[in-house]
Amino acid sequence: MKHVTRKATRHVSQNEGLVFEKSSAGKAAWKLPPLDVPEVDTEKALGASGRKDLGNMPEVSEIEIIRHFTRLSTWNYAIDLGMYPLGSCTMKYNPRVNEVVARLDGLANGHPYQPEKISQGALRILKTLSECLVEITGMDAITLQPAAGAHGELTGLLMVRAHHHSKGHPRKKILIPDSAHGTNPATAATVGYAVENLKSNSQGMVDTAALAAQMNEDVAALMLTNPNTLGVFEQEIHKIADIMHAKGGLLYMDGANMNALVGKVRPGDFGVDLMHLNLHKTFSTPHGGGGPGSGPVAVKQFLEPFLPKPVVISKPNGTLGFDYSRPQSVGRVRAFYGNFGMFVRALAYIFANGPDGLRQTTEDAVLNANYIRKGLEGSYDLPYSTPSMHEVVFSDKLQAKKGVRTMDIAKRLIDYGFHPYTTAFPLIVPGALMIEPTESESKEEMDLFIEAMRSIAEEVTEDAQLVLDAPHSTRVSRLDEVAAARKPILRWKPQ
Amino acid sequence: MRYLPKSPADREAILKAIGARSIDDLFAPIPAEYRLNRDLQIPRQMAESEIVDWFRERSRENGDEYTSFLGAGAYLHYRPVIIDALISRGEFLTAYTPYQAEVSQGTLQSIFEFQTMISELTGMEVANASMYDGSTAATEAAMMAVRLTGRHSVVLARSIHPEYQEVLSTYAQHQGLGLTTVRFGDDGRIDLTQLQKAITPQTACVLIQSPNFFGTIEDHTALADIAHKSGAMLVVSIAEAISLGIVEPPRQADIVAMEAQSFGVPLGFGGPYCGVIATREQYVRQMPGRLVGQTTDRNGKRGFVLTLATREQHIRREKATSNICTNQALVALMVNIFMTVYGKVGLRELAKQNLAKAAYAAKEFSRHAKVLFTGAPRFNEFVVQTTTDPYDINNRLLEHKIVGGLPLKKFYPELGNAALWCCTEMTGRQSIDTAVRVAAEPTSASKSVPEADVEEVTR
Amino acid sequence: MPYPADFKYAKSHEWVKPDGKNATIGITNYAQESLGDIVFVDLPKVGSEITAGKSFGSVESVKAVSDLYAPVSGTVTAVNDELAKSPENINKNAHGAWMLKIDVKNADELKALLSSADYEKFVAEEGGH
Repeated sequence: MKHVTRKATRHVSQNEGLVFEKSSAGKAAWKLPPLDVPEVDTEKALGASGRKDLGNMPEVSEIEIIRHFTRLSTWNYAIDLGMYPLGSCTMKYNPRVNEVVARLDGLANGHPYQPEKISQGALRILKTLSECLVEITGMDAITLQPAAGAHGELTGLLMVRAHHHSKGHPRKKILIPDSAHGTNPATAATVGYAVENLKSNSQGMVDTAALAAQMNEDVAALMLTNPNTLGVFEQEIHKIADIMHAKGGLLYMDGANMNALVGKVRPGDFGVDLMHLNLHKTFSTPHGGGGPGSGPVAVKQFLEPFLPKPVVISKPNGTLGFDYSRPQSVGRVRAFYGNFGMFVRALAYIFANGPDGLRQTTEDAVLNANYIRKGLEGSYDLPYSTPSMHEVVFSDKLQAKKGVRTMDIAKRLIDYGFHPYTTAFPLIVPGALMIEPTESESKEEMDLFIEAMRSIAEEVTEDAQLVLDAPHSTRVSRLDEVAAARKPILRWKPQ
Repeated sequence: MRYLPKSPADREAILKAIGARSIDDLFAPIPAEYRLNRDLQIPRQMAESEIVDWFRERSRENGDEYTSFLGAGAYLHYRPVIIDALISRGEFLTAYTPYQAEVSQGTLQSIFEFQTMISELTGMEVANASMYDGSTAATEAAMMAVRLTGRHSVVLARSIHPEYQEVLSTYAQHQGLGLTTVRFGDDGRIDLTQLQKAITPQTACVLIQSPNFFGTIEDHTALADIAHKSGAMLVVSIAEAISLGIVEPPRQADIVAMEAQSFGVPLGFGGPYCGVIATREQYVRQMPGRLVGQTTDRNGKRGFVLTLATREQHIRREKATSNICTNQALVALMVNIFMTVYGKVGLRELAKQNLAKAAYAAKEFSRHAKVLFTGAPRFNEFVVQTTTDPYDINNRLLEHKIVGGLPLKKFYPELGNAALWCCTEMTGRQSIDTAVRVAAEPTSASKSVPEADVEEVTR
Repeated sequence: MPYPADFKYAKSHEWVKPDGKNATIGITNYAQESLGDIVFVDLPKVGSEITAGKSFGSVESVKAVSDLYAPVSGTVTAVNDELAKSPENINKNAHGAWMLKIDVKNADELKALLSSADYEKFVAEEGGH
């Protein structure tokens, strides 16, 4: 390595094969208590439905399992190890008190169908979280049912559809900016809408003239992310909302970038009719390697009748309950009530912050992104000069002259001890480097990041091949994704 | 605020470096008319001890000392302690989606093992890395069959979890999918004659659940024959994963949609859970959700990557197989560890205990009440029909700190005073005996049913 | 790489080799270069109809999918099964790795396509931007 990194040092890490490679008959990690009821003759009970054998399921001991997963865990990067500069992911600290309260017995072992009489704890959590999120978003009502952001988008669009249907004018199209996350058009298609692209203007924001031209009575809604995926606040949001509303269309907001807004401004105040939140982004619930998430959808009053059922209500006797008599509801988008475990965690996060903490959090998130922007300006091309909120997008234009692209720079960043930023998104910036530090990064960590990125920019001019062949210090080098896609091997098989 | 790693001096230094006078400068892009000039009206900042106290109160208000006989798609099984010990490691808990394979081999390899074990258990050839839950997995599986066959209607069993049916209906409306429901017979299984009649050349798939909502095991072989003869697929939904330890999986199915919550995922008042879709290799390109594949690096070393990503939303956008992005990764890791702990022998023994407990309970109940659907095999759930109103029985059981079986009136009114009872390895004999005894007590006619419960009946 | 003179070309980078009432269709070298390593090709079944200008399938690399557009209309008489096993053949020899053979519906449609010289010019302009 040409340049030395202060953040990370190479270290011997344990090897570990697949658990099936350790399996052998007679090893066991389980033991059941003796049966206190008579045994059952399986043959008699199940007949032809009985299973003969469990094939290649493994047999290993407890210590082997502990070592197996512990070793595997050491091969991962994590927020607990350092910054993730991933744009639009909001990789913030996952507070541990969240994990403790989620495991309290009555909450962790509550059955969704237990009588309301003994579910007042869970109901109170649902109600309190709902009230906090409604206040934070400036909306009027909310559903916590959707399991993730994309699921929330689906739920939101179902309500959009129900609204237009109730007006007697079902509409056919959804407008989506070309800077949008892929889930937006995928969701619109799932709900049976045609997707129409909305071009961004030269500043990367919604082109309001184009919007006015494309908006008509066939358009059900505009799906907008604000701040957008460039990290820029749509300054003409008032005009955007007016254009939509003038022709009876709705303004849907993808709340992925709420980390720039909480406590400083509320989408409900700037014309948004409905929006989803990502509890696993803004509200600190852990990413866990890809999920679970939670995607509540907050709405203005006129959309309240369409919320998925059930909704939480206060009953005349003062207790809380579920209301299923909702004739205009869009129905259910999943069984039970939502990812309750994530509600507990998100509410604990809100409690830990309070109004002042949330505001300070948002300010630090925006402060940090701007610090990084300042630190990298000059080393990397900044395609848009518009002010950044909580994330900043650079491009690989300068480095591309040497044949080095955003993915290569990202891989080299790994050698410096960081996880890559978001590469090649948004689509409107060719060769994008999308960076969102979040408020959880100290000045020290950010300085290390800036130092690393500047160093890589130098390496590109001095020794491009070093960057092109990165990473050099990981357990595995770049993996053959082509072979993986041509001849997929999706499970282990015995020899 | 204690999660924020900045001192006032740090903030000053940063503002200076940026060239901003104050943080307000950085929020200037927000039009003044929208800027919030007040505190959010939410509870004040709490100390950690206060947070724990608040939730502890809620936990006490949530039936933390009760014994439950509820199943119906969410099952109480013992969770080996190493599950939480391992998934709480920061490198699993706080890791991102494994898009950058070189720094995510831990997550990727464990998903590969998960896919392998789900395939083994379900009798399918490939499995994905998870869906949100069993209800959306079943729905997405049906939509997958629609894409694969090019046909536009689904025939489903009435004995599928009612909430799963609602979800399917919500999604189906906007895809122009026709849904036809087929009733169950006296044995609790789908009525095969009615099924034959319901299938048309437009049927993309027959969707069943097995064990079904009543705990009854369906005849997969017969159903596969019927479906395949008409060019339709067989999609099997499995809500109680432990059944796979002792019930033959639907090897003749085309797609299996599972809820893996029973494998080490806490009941958690309904979520997060762990859906999975498993299928045959030839259909893999139409399967939604993430997939991990094995490959090699530049030095020929084995490694794992997310693969076949062109199915997914971030590439295919409006033509994607699904809009799913975030899945249930950490929960799938719990499932993975559970399956590894019990393994080939343990899963079978665990399932046998479940079978035994439910069989004992059913036998005891049958002395004073009617156990329905005895004509077909079942796993760990059964339906009891009583002369007394199950809500009444349950009220009396609550006094013994027992939560009785789920009254079925709101879902299947034709079954009258019926309730769905579930027994797992966690259900003690004493609780069963008490429940049976209390259920057999005559009702006190003078007691009026409390208002709260009346509302529950009308759900 | 020269573009075969006996082929005709669409601006969407498919080539057609006419042969009396039949024609063979594939994608050009420019297309395979832009796509990178091809991992999968989705082609229609024998007997299906393809319509000029409309998508008849798609070709995938690891990170992208591109629709394939029919340069002329017709009925599919043969599909190159080799590509299911070895999609990389397209990368190795785009002009030799045929995708479909069809019964041409309307030979006039060929007139709207580019000659090899015109295609080469078109590609040079497109690549330069």
